[in-house]
Amino acid sequence: MIGEEYSTVIEPHKGLNPFNWREFWRYRELFFILVWRDIKVRYKQTFLGVAWAIFQPFVSMIVFTLFFGVLVKVPSDNLPYPIFVYAGLLPWTLFSNGLSRGSMSVLNETNMISKTYFPRLIIPISSFGAGMVDFVISFFIMAVMMFYYGIIPTLSILVFPLLIFITLIASIGVSVILAALTVSYRDVKYISPFLIQIWMYATPVIYPVSVVPEKWRWVLSLNPMCGVIDGCRSALFGKTFYWNNLLLSALISFLLFIVGLIYFKNVEYRFADII
Amino acid sequence: MKPIIRIENIGKMYSIGAKEKRHDTLGEVIIHTLKSPLRRLKELQGIAHSYDTIFWALKNVSFDVEKGDVVGIVGRNGAGKSTLLKILSKITDPTEGRIAINGRISSLLEVGTGFHPDLTGRENIYLNGAILGMKQAEINRKFDEIVEFAEIEKFLDTPVKRYSSGMYVRLAFAVAAHLEPEILIVDEVLAVGDIQFQKKCMGKMEDVSKGGRTILFVSHNMGALRNLCKTGVLLEGGLCKMIGSSNEVVDYYLSSNSSNDTTDQIKFRKRHRPGLPTRLQITNVVIENKKLNCVNEAETLDELVIKIDYEVLANIDSFCAEWKFKDLYGTNLSYSSSSPLGNIVFYPEANERCGQIQCHIPKVPLSMGEYVLDVALFKPNVVLMDHVEDACRLIIKTSDPMKTGFQYKRENAPFFIECEWSKSSG
Repeated sequence: MIGEEYSTVIEPHKGLNPFNWREFWRYRELFFILVWRDIKVRYKQTFLGVAWAIFQPFVSMIVFTLFFGVLVKVPSDNLPYPIFVYAGLLPWTLFSNGLSRGSMSVLNETNMISKTYFPRLIIPISSFGAGMVDFVISFFIMAVMMFYYGIIPTLSILVFPLLIFITLIASIGVSVILAALTVSYRDVKYISPFLIQIWMYATPVIYPVSVVPEKWRWVLSLNPMCGVIDGCRSALFGKTFYWNNLLLSALISFLLFIVGLIYFKNVEYRFADII
Repeated sequence: MKPIIRIENIGKMYSIGAKEKRHDTLGEVIIHTLKSPLRRLKELQGIAHSYDTIFWALKNVSFDVEKGDVVGIVGRNGAGKSTLLKILSKITDPTEGRIAINGRISSLLEVGTGFHPDLTGRENIYLNGAILGMKQAEINRKFDEIVEFAEIEKFLDTPVKRYSSGMYVRLAFAVAAHLEPEILIVDEVLAVGDIQFQKKCMGKMEDVSKGGRTILFVSHNMGALRNLCKTGVLLEGGLCKMIGSSNEVVDYYLSSNSSNDTTDQIKFRKRHRPGLPTRLQITNVVIENKKLNCVNEAETLDELVIKIDYEVLANIDSFCAEWKFKDLYGTNLSYSSSSPLGNIVFYPEANERCGQIQCHIPKVPLSMGEYVLDVALFKPNVVLMDHVEDACRLIIKTSDPMKTGFQYKRENAPFFIECEWSKSSG
C-alpha cells in the first residue's frame, strides 16, 4: 500500500481531525508576516483612519458618559462614570473589533486560499495582531486617565494580563467559528455586526453588574465577557474580585476556543471549493 | 528508484445541485434542517442525493513522477489540469484516491499571490516570498537578485498600486523565480509579460530543471512543453488519456485537436491575467482567404486577411497587435507586430465596445501543412493586454506556387520564397 516511507500523503478528508499544532508551528513565519502586514497596512492609511482606530474607545466613552452617565444616570460602582465605562470599553473593544475583523478575515483572503496552501487558521488568528496594537495604545490612555482621577493601582492589577488573555481566547474562539461560517454562508457577514451589538448590551460595559438582581446574575455570567469586564474593573481599581464569575468566564472562553479550533479545522478543507 | 510522487486513482467530484438545493445562507440551512433533518444529516456526511448533479472533474487519474523529471500536463480547457494541481498543492482535497509525496512541494498557480497594493515593492517581496513558502533568511539572501531580475531598483520603495502592470508581473515573477523547491508545480503562469520577459522566465525554469529538481508543468505552449519536459501527461475530460514522452503526448494532443473547434470559443477561454483587471480582450480570430473566398484554408501565395475581433472592457487609449505563426511542433515561423515592427498603433473610438483590426497578407509564403496562429494585443514595452495561443489554425491544403503541378510540401521547407531561374550567357 503506498504511503509508507513517504513524507506526505494526500487523501480525501475523513472524520473529525484534531488541530495540527506541528503544522501551525512550521508556518509560524507566515503567521508573523501576516500580522506585520496587517499592522503596516493599517498605519499607512490616512491619519483619520489610524486615529479613529486608536481613539474609538475614548470617543465612545465620551458619548456614553453624556447619555448614560449624565442623562440616564446609570450607577457606576462609586467610580466616576467616564473611567468606569472606559475600563469596560478597553477589553470590550479588543473583543468586538477582534470579532468583526476576524470573522471577515477568511473571506477577504479568497485569493490566497484558492492559490496557495497553508493552515487556514493562520488567517483569523493573525488578524488579532493589529487589534493588540490598538489595545496597547488604548491602555496608555487608560493609564493617563487613572492618573487624572488619582486612582493608584493596587496589586490586583497583576490579574489584568490574565484577563486580557481570556478576552483574546474568547474572541479568537468566536471569530474563528464566524469566519468559517461566513465562508459557507453569505448571510453570516450581515448577522455578525448585529450579534456584536447585542452582545455589548448583554455585557456590563455601560452598566455595573450590581444593576442586575442577585438571583439572575448567573445568567449574565454565561457571557464569558461578563466576568472578564467585571474582573478588569476590579483589577484596575482594586475592588473585590468575584472569583466564581471569573472562573466561569475563563472556562466558557476556553471551551469556545477549543470548539472554534476544531470546527474550523474540520471545515477548512472545503474553503477553496466554495469561496 | 522510488518515484517522488505517486498518484493513485485520484478523483474529484463536485456536486452542482440546482440553485434551490444549494444552501448559500445560514437561514436556508436552518429551515432545510428543520424541514428534512434526515436529508441534512446525509448531506453532512457527504452522501449526495439522487437529484444532485454530479460532475467528476477528475476520475481514476494515476501516474508516478520520478525524481528530477519534468512532467508536462496537457489537455483542453476543463480537462482537469488545474484541479489536479490544486489537489497536489493541498488546496483542495480529493474525493477519492491517494497521493504519496516524498519531498516538499512549492506551488506556483498564480503570480503575485498576496500582493498588497498599499505596501511597497520591498515589503511585498517579503510578503509574497513568505506566502510562497520561502524563509525570511532565504529572502534576505536573495533580495538583491530578485530586485535585479525584476528590474525595479528605482521603484522598490513605492507602493505597488502605483506600478504598471508590467512591473507588477515582473516583480511577482521575480520572487517566484527564486524559489528553490524540491518539487515545483507550475500552472500556466508563464503566459504573462512581454516576449522578452517570457524568455527570461523560461530560462529560469530551465535552470530549475537542470538543478535536478522535479517539475510538474501545465501549459498550452507546446514548444515549451517539448523543450522542457521529458514526460507528458494528457488529461481529457477528467481522465488520464495518455502518459508518455512529452513529444509523443504533444503530437497526439495536437493531432486530436486540429482544425477550429467552434465549441472552444476564444472569448471564453481561460487566460492568465496578471493580477490586474483585463481592459482589452480578443473575442475572435479568423483568417479570411480573399482569393478562394473561404476561411482558415489557403494555398501558398494566396491573399489573406487576419481579422481580430476585440472587446474593450475598460479605458484604453491605444494598443498594438502582434501575430505569430508556428508549426505544429511549436517552432516559431514568422511574426509581425503593428508596432514596434510596423508603425501602426490602434486607437479605439471613445465609446467603442467592440471592434476589429485586420492584417493584410498579400501573398502567404507558407508551404503545405497546418499552422498555428498566436495573437496578442499589448502596449509595447509596457503591458500585455491579452494573449491567445492557438487562436486560429491555417491549413494550407495544396501548394503549387510555380504552377507546375509540383507540390511544395512542408518536409522540404516551411517557406516558399518567390524566385526565377535563369542561366547567364557566356
